[in-house]
Amino acid sequence: MTNHRLELLRDLYSRMVTIRLAEERLADLVTAGEVGCPCHLYIGQEAIAAGVCAALETDDTVWGGHRSHGHYLAKGGDLGAMFAEIFGKVLGCAEGRGGSMHLLATDVGILGTVPIVAATIPLATGAALASKLRRDGRVAIAFFGDGAMEEGHCHESMNLAALYALPIVFVCENNFYASHMALTGRRAADNLVTAADAHAMPGEVVDGNDAVAVYDAAVRAVARARAGVGPTLLECRTFRWRGHVGPSWDMDVGVKRRDELQQWLDRDPIRLLRRVMESAGVAGAAFDEVDERVRAEIRAAEAFARSAPCPPADELDTHVYATGAR
Amino acid sequence: MRTLTYAAAIREAFAQLLEADPRVFVIGQGLWSPWYVGQSMTGLDVEFGRERILDSPVAENATTGAAVGAALAGMRPIVVHPRMDFMLLAVDPIVNQAANWSYMFAGKVPAPVVIRGIINRGGEQAAQHSQALQAMFMHVPGLKIVMPSTPYDAKGLLIAAVNDGNPVLYIDDRWLYEAAGPVPEEMYQVPIGSGVVRRPGTDLTVVASSYVAAQAVEAARTLEARGFDPEVIDLRSIKPWDRELVFASIRKTSRLLVVDGAWKTCGVAAEIAAAAAEHVFEHLSAPVARLTLPDAPAPMSRPLERAYYIHAPRIVEAVEHLMASRRPQRALVLS
Repeated sequence: MTNHRLELLRDLYSRMVTIRLAEERLADLVTAGEVGCPCHLYIGQEAIAAGVCAALETDDTVWGGHRSHGHYLAKGGDLGAMFAEIFGKVLGCAEGRGGSMHLLATDVGILGTVPIVAATIPLATGAALASKLRRDGRVAIAFFGDGAMEEGHCHESMNLAALYALPIVFVCENNFYASHMALTGRRAADNLVTAADAHAMPGEVVDGNDAVAVYDAAVRAVARARAGVGPTLLECRTFRWRGHVGPSWDMDVGVKRRDELQQWLDRDPIRLLRRVMESAGVAGAAFDEVDERVRAEIRAAEAFARSAPCPPADELDTHVYATGAR
Repeated sequence: MRTLTYAAAIREAFAQLLEADPRVFVIGQGLWSPWYVGQSMTGLDVEFGRERILDSPVAENATTGAAVGAALAGMRPIVVHPRMDFMLLAVDPIVNQAANWSYMFAGKVPAPVVIRGIINRGGEQAAQHSQALQAMFMHVPGLKIVMPSTPYDAKGLLIAAVNDGNPVLYIDDRWLYEAAGPVPEEMYQVPIGSGVVRRPGTDLTVVASSYVAAQAVEAARTLEARGFDPEVIDLRSIKPWDRELVFASIRKTSRLLVVDGAWKTCGVAAEIAAAAAEHVFEHLSAPVARLTLPDAPAPMSRPLERAYYIHAPRIVEAVEHLMASRRPQRALVLS
């Protein structure tokens, strides 16, 4: 394995562990009643955000939804600003106006994640259209779940993107559940990737728990987008370990999910990556070092969030209209 | 001053905006057609290229969402809905996304998008090709809404909308496209939120916007001949609307008729009437009157259409009725 490749694996591991440990801490805080806002955890899907974002430049935009802690952190969003936002504090990335489902990091290309399912797919398409018109070389990533592919505007957007050859990658994170409903209860067939054919773009099914496979697929799709050839659909198959919202394990939604979950726990994306790295000669101490660094960052982020003030009540109606646009 | 039609004034605003600001582009259905949006965009695709004037697929939601997304990414898009009825397919990007974005993200990412919704009615087009839906959007915080009634305002408000920095719904009415009026050649803005007194008067205040404002001006001529002296206010913007201008007029005239070319329940007229009752009640000498469409879908057959829509004669009638009514004596508060 080349040094370059090994560096990539270390990078992926660091991004994934950051997401995992940050969310495990958030899960504890929700359980303890210290966090009140709805948190949709990404645990189990880390390889996708990490793999895709590792293939991007800082200026490239990333669009997500209600379950976007992973996208935000993988793209380089500030951990303290995210914790403060989730605590509803004025130093949060949205100054306590949004919470977990509204993450913002304009310095790294996150112009806002919002929870209306599939709503950011047209927005990402528009960001890609802006890049095409400006010829600024940026790529837009639309992250969305399998449920979003049932929305009409997802397909409207794919058609627009293909028609105008926009620099966008559609990343469908197929975790097989939309809230409590299994994919097979919502679709006549498990065939999400075929939407690519319908919209005349390449589509690829990717093992969404294999960070390296996700990264390699993303590199191909991003190169295509940046070259002005047009969009790509990646269907990354994975599984969300926790419930639709909150830290529970969601065992109440059916026996099938319980059986499935065990299989997917055995395919923990972080453990899979670690195994690859170990066989490439990375020592156990190296992982401990990363884990410890990330734990310290999370402690600092939480302390930062706790110490920040809440927004004052007299600012209730500020920002209804923007004043800074020129 | 040079005279242009309302449609030509809109076209000129588009051309000047496209010329002045490389961030401006236009997306919507029918934009390369010589007739789809009247004469209001003719030839812009030839003049500015089809990369910036995008005649889009039949996908209101995604095209509007793409316009919003491009705005978030720093562009100044204008998305065109040749019929407002079809714009309902794009309510998510307008209401959930564009309107909320500034607030949700503490003003850090503005959504400077202009959504042009065209009211296109009459001519036996029936319920789904006739609607004026301004009130639905007036309800939503974060949006601004303009409804020009003259060629001058049609140009100046479009330019102001693009430069505002917030999501602005620009609503124009096909019934006004042939109306002619003075329009300066240079770029200029009509301030959003500022109404104008079209005809000063002392008997009563008539508040309207868009087509019915033009009709109110016409009605005032008839009324004048009949010995009435109405003050006609054209709101031009319905969100925000010029409360001070309206309240000052009521303080002078003591009577208010609000005219809106849309439904009555929870409509623009309802909002203005309620605000008048809240703020200048003691100055009213008669109950506030509303002249709106009935709470019924737009009909097709000619006689039904004639009964449905508001033109100048209906405004004359409503004014005469209001002038004959008085506030009950026991409710009078002497100030």
